[in-house]
Amino acid sequence: MDWSDTPEQAAFRGEVREFIRNRLPGPYRGTLEEAANDAEELTAGWQADRKSDDGERRDMAIRWASALAEKGWIAPHWPKEYGGAGLSVVEQFIYNQEMSSAGAPAVGGMGVSLLGPTLIVHGTDEQKAEHLPKILSGEVAWAQGYSEPGAGSDLASLQTRAVRDGDDYVINGQKIWTSGAQYADWLFALVRTEPEAPKHRGISFVMMDIKTPGITVRPLTDMGWNQPFNETFFEDVRVPVRNRIGEENRGWYVGMTLLDFERSGISGAVQYARDLGRFVEFVHSDKGKRFARQDMAITRLEVADRRIETEVLFNFAFRIVSMQNRGMVPNYEASVNKLFGSELHQKLARTGMKGFGLYGNLWERKGEHVPMAAHFTRDYVSSVPHTIFSGTSEIQRNVIATRGLGLPRG
Amino acid sequence: MDLGLNEQQELLKNAARDFLENECPETLVREMEEDEKGYSSQLWQKMAEQGWQGLLVPEEHGGAGFDFLDLCVLLEEFGRALVPGPFMSTVLGGAVPLIVAGSDDQKKEFLPKIASGDLIFTLALTEPSARFDEQGVQAKAAVRGKDVTFNGTKLFVPDANVADYLIVAGRTSKGVTLGIVATDQPGVQVTQLQTIARDKQCEVKLNDAKGQLLGADGKGWDLLKPVIQRYTVAECAYLVGLSQMDFEISVDYAKERVQFGRPIGSFQAIQHKCADMVTDVDGSRFIMYKAAWSIATDQPADETQMAVNMAKAWTSEATRRVVAHGQQIHGGIGFTKDYKIQLYFRRQKRAELAFGDADYHRELVATQLGI
Repeated sequence: MDWSDTPEQAAFRGEVREFIRNRLPGPYRGTLEEAANDAEELTAGWQADRKSDDGERRDMAIRWASALAEKGWIAPHWPKEYGGAGLSVVEQFIYNQEMSSAGAPAVGGMGVSLLGPTLIVHGTDEQKAEHLPKILSGEVAWAQGYSEPGAGSDLASLQTRAVRDGDDYVINGQKIWTSGAQYADWLFALVRTEPEAPKHRGISFVMMDIKTPGITVRPLTDMGWNQPFNETFFEDVRVPVRNRIGEENRGWYVGMTLLDFERSGISGAVQYARDLGRFVEFVHSDKGKRFARQDMAITRLEVADRRIETEVLFNFAFRIVSMQNRGMVPNYEASVNKLFGSELHQKLARTGMKGFGLYGNLWERKGEHVPMAAHFTRDYVSSVPHTIFSGTSEIQRNVIATRGLGLPRG
Repeated sequence: MDLGLNEQQELLKNAARDFLENECPETLVREMEEDEKGYSSQLWQKMAEQGWQGLLVPEEHGGAGFDFLDLCVLLEEFGRALVPGPFMSTVLGGAVPLIVAGSDDQKKEFLPKIASGDLIFTLALTEPSARFDEQGVQAKAAVRGKDVTFNGTKLFVPDANVADYLIVAGRTSKGVTLGIVATDQPGVQVTQLQTIARDKQCEVKLNDAKGQLLGADGKGWDLLKPVIQRYTVAECAYLVGLSQMDFEISVDYAKERVQFGRPIGSFQAIQHKCADMVTDVDGSRFIMYKAAWSIATDQPADETQMAVNMAKAWTSEATRRVVAHGQQIHGGIGFTKDYKIQLYFRRQKRAELAFGDADYHRELVATQLGI
């Protein structure tokens, strides 16, 4: 057992840090208060920045993307032959850890994280040649269309219908929670091609230009006044059959494929540790001490608990990467990380808010009465979806119990 | 960066599991609850033949010279098998203080006999104040040359009823001072306490109890710090093994027990408890090993201290959640004396309390965080 870097790992970590120091545009590494000057942009990230009305912001997003592209670090987990960096899982882990520590935004969104790897495994040569370079250049941003109003945790019951008509599929139906679709150029989706087959075996995986006639994207406003996701409607949308990835009716399995990239979720642990550090620093600072509640004794111990839980989360992340590095495939362990990390996120937001008493009310980011740019108050609201998306906590526990522990399915 | 066991640790773990399944069955665990001594001298000797009492003892003193991380691998197996007796007392409360603070002569005198299973040691630290910090040490110590005499009462001393020697912490005008005190003298009076885990914790009254000075006069607390760190993490390792086994027994039971025509493990109410149990057990294992690794590889002192406090704070509560779920999953059978799960439930509490529960360590974490 070893929690430290090997000399090679330490050298790579140094390389990543040096790169961040030299190339990460200033505003991305600002303090909370500085970031608050761009309050409404905070949650939308790089995808929104690259389409921002603010020229400076657009420029910043492009500069960061081209700096990463020079190193092949837009897609560090893709094989080199496809323009990735071909990093080992441990290197990916270090890369993600350092990028999160610096607050550097990930570039490329769903195209880099999900579609690219899926294409690399299942795509035809033509599909790869058409789409991969544009993902890496940042020319095309992708959105994901999986969930539907009637298909949430039971995703395989999805009903958006694709009917073959000559060389096209004609698609009708509705997707929901299509994150970032309002900024996206292309969409990949799971659609039902065979309604009579068992539900997992009648689904196909298709790609479509989001400007195809018949597609309507309507942003949903969340409980924090942000618009991170959308409803997407399909009305007689014609998608060429050649835009299907993998075989017809095998789309479920295509969608479940993941390349051998690290799945530790390290960035959550990094973020929570940083938030706790900032909280402690703030309540003792000249500026911050007036916000700290007088009866801090209980909050103080909660902060200690959250720090300990963050340590547990760090170790869960280390475990995943350590398993992958030994050539093992994490089973229930990835679900443990998702479950524990998302629940910790919510607890941390509660603890941080609690430390400020009535000031926890404040939603505005700027102003003389606002502690820590309302970070924990915002987080208290914005962390609500975290135990719901990508498999609810209940689904994670089901997966751990059945797939991990072999308990019989209900 | 790797959280797996190395080859030597795998061998140790597997050998320990096989050995303890044969040599320390549930019947022995139960027998020792009622036994006056609380351990089997036969098993004790066989463990010494395995080299376990001397695992940490340097080879020049008759030991195996393994490191602290390796010991924690072994102690996980001890927790799994609920091994009764003075193993931790002797290794953590005897061998470790001697390795840390002993003179060459003292090491030569005692370490080989600990390794060979010929001597039982224990640490007489806590007093009726039940504190684990420096202020908790109020027994009087008087030093004369290489000798030291103790007066006072030590409480919750594990296995003092069978120990040949005590490592006693007392106080001189210079501060906390340690001594090696033989128990076969009139100045040492031992009374067993009845405890929740039916282990053998004792009251030890010291009336002019004589012994050898261990380390320098007044330097005892500095010498005890690494001992307490190791003992604390050792209790965590024991808890990890204990809770892992409780969890495995409970999952097996949930697969077998049928109600409403189906195994209760097919109900989500039970499944989600099991999912939480494995999260707590795994979380405990890695936070414990992180602390053990910090100690074994001599990481910076403040980081190691933090790792130890975090490990005990987390493990104390997480493993209690596990054994509570274990009882609930078992329903009625679980709270009978004859069924095994209660053995884990009661022993978890002993280790939870040993060297400070979560409240104690959480407070120390908060202080170190600067909040």
